[in-house]
Amino acid sequence: MEASASNTPRILEREPLVLNNRSYSWITNRICGIVENKQPALWWILFIPSVLLSGVMAFCFVYLISTGVGVWGQKQPVAWAWDITNFVFWIGIGHAGTLISAILFLTRQKWRTSVNRAAEAMTIFAVMCAGLFPAFHVGRVWMVWFLAPIPNANAIWQNFKSPLLWDVFAVSTYFSVSAVFWYLGLVPDLATLRDRCRPGLKKFFYGLFAIGWRGGNRHWSHYETAYMLLAALSTPLVLSVHSVVSFDFATSIVPGWHTTIFPPYFVAGAIFGGFAMVLTLMIPVRRIYGLDDLLTPKHVDNMAKIILLTGTIVGYAYCMELFMAYYSANPYEAAAFTLRGLTGPSTWAYALMFSFNVFAPQLFWYRPFRHNMVVVMFVCMCVNMGMWYERYVIIATTLERHMTPGSWGEYSATWVDQWTFIGTFGFFMMLFLLFLRFLPVIAIGEVKGVLPQSDPHFDDRGEKGIQEEDLMLYADRHVPKAASA
Amino acid sequence: MSTTLKRVHGYLAEFDNVQDLYHAAEHVRDAGYSRWDVHTPFPVHGMDTAMGNPRSILPKLVFCGGITGTTVAFILQTVTQTNFWGQTLGLKFVEDIVETYPTVVQAKPIDIWTLPAFFPVMFELTILFSAFTTLFGLLALMGLPRWNHPLFTSKRFAKFSDDGFFVCIEARDPKFSQDGTKALLEKAGGKNVELVEDEI
Repeated sequence: MEASASNTPRILEREPLVLNNRSYSWITNRICGIVENKQPALWWILFIPSVLLSGVMAFCFVYLISTGVGVWGQKQPVAWAWDITNFVFWIGIGHAGTLISAILFLTRQKWRTSVNRAAEAMTIFAVMCAGLFPAFHVGRVWMVWFLAPIPNANAIWQNFKSPLLWDVFAVSTYFSVSAVFWYLGLVPDLATLRDRCRPGLKKFFYGLFAIGWRGGNRHWSHYETAYMLLAALSTPLVLSVHSVVSFDFATSIVPGWHTTIFPPYFVAGAIFGGFAMVLTLMIPVRRIYGLDDLLTPKHVDNMAKIILLTGTIVGYAYCMELFMAYYSANPYEAAAFTLRGLTGPSTWAYALMFSFNVFAPQLFWYRPFRHNMVVVMFVCMCVNMGMWYERYVIIATTLERHMTPGSWGEYSATWVDQWTFIGTFGFFMMLFLLFLRFLPVIAIGEVKGVLPQSDPHFDDRGEKGIQEEDLMLYADRHVPKAASA
Repeated sequence: MSTTLKRVHGYLAEFDNVQDLYHAAEHVRDAGYSRWDVHTPFPVHGMDTAMGNPRSILPKLVFCGGITGTTVAFILQTVTQTNFWGQTLGLKFVEDIVETYPTVVQAKPIDIWTLPAFFPVMFELTILFSAFTTLFGLLALMGLPRWNHPLFTSKRFAKFSDDGFFVCIEARDPKFSQDGTKALLEKAGGKNVELVEDEI
């Protein structure tokens, strides 16, 4: 026995996904408790300003409608500025949610179960914030229904060859599919909440949305197929959405926009920024609601690694853009990047973008930093800001200096731009806090499903199942037990 | 004394853990029952084999939904943006049905060779139609929404969404018998075997 132990290759011990060997009912109680108990004071401290900021956002939009789109700072030559920046910023945030719920599902990353619900909620709320900007950017928002392909009196149809219309289809499909995916995942957990409620209004509404779920395996069988299908559909969808967003720029002939690297660069950037936002939301949530056993340092570590990976892809894209500007020998392309990074009016934005997005995540090479929540939060905040600056640099600073010097101009945001953007944060936070208040923040059923005792063959190794001691043969860090037996 | 008429729905047995439930499912399957189900708080992997369930037909439905989406997007775009239906195919009535005022922009052709510009919308509608087919196909296959069910009359059954594992054999099953079914469930390790009744 001992001889074979020394010959077997050493395998690294897998960290448990749920710490402290928690039971099924502990998980149910802990997660449902968030919804059922009174919210902590901090919830109200965050919720009230969020509602007020949503009101500010609504006021800004009403002011814009009643006055005209000129209350925003964009004018020729910078016709796209904060509004499109904010649109791309918010839509990018959503991508991490879909990556966690779909791509990590297809690649069997079981750790996703603790974060997917909140990340998907974040996706939906972020896409809601994103959709506001192009809708109001059209100027006459009451004509926004012209984007929908329905016959109108002028017999004018949408221009289906335009990337802007592709965007309409991509974003609305993305929102719809994300909402379906999210709701489907919620059904079993809504049934859990329903079964715990006393009869009343709450039970009625949870019951209504739980559609009579009774956990039968004949249902689970179809349900799991549906879940996998939605994951398989969402995976190409999420890659397509930000690719289509990048087509808005890449199919134009503006120097600095007209590059083929844009689709993969935008998708990597979106996942990068999105994961930073997931961590920004989840690190406080796990602390405030006592979810440390479900959302472990292992989860944070994994997400930090994804931030490092995608941040490095983004850094590669930045460098490749610069290289191609030189190597293409195209004087306009070279001028665009010289002006962006060295001599233009907004080089400060380029410097901020580069340091926040490329340098800050490099801290994550060092394991203790990935396990220090303060450092993780710091890097995530850098990335959140850096990704906004990235879009600002690409959109506004490029337009400030495109084509002939005769059409150059400067851009500055107005107070309406600023407060509309700040207001969307309030709107986003308000929706997320309401989500925490009324829906289970962690997918209860899915977390239970990845516990070791949920494996039907758990007991094949004797009465107690596969215990940690059984792995000892393979890991030299344990004290051998076989000697005493 | 209650005068409500009741009908037997079936026997409900509770199990301690996934492993017992899994073996019990194999017993019930081998006993030849067909109208029965296990109820668990999460999907148990391999349970379909233990129960002898066939593969879900949902992917086939979704494939049809997806193809419909692609076709809808193709027709929508070619009818409104190209001369493909009216001139290339010679189907003049299409132009009569859908009134269009063609906008030629970006110097892109108005014949069928402008097709690559239609791919993004075709892709998105494929996904959109597939996703909604998944949702509604799933609901149809599960027979949900259904808010009332005889099982909900059992007090113990509410544990299914927390940490309870149940097997329910319905009275509709041709092999169902009052004593035999109960004995089978008890032999398979079922606890608290109870008769679930439905008010009619």
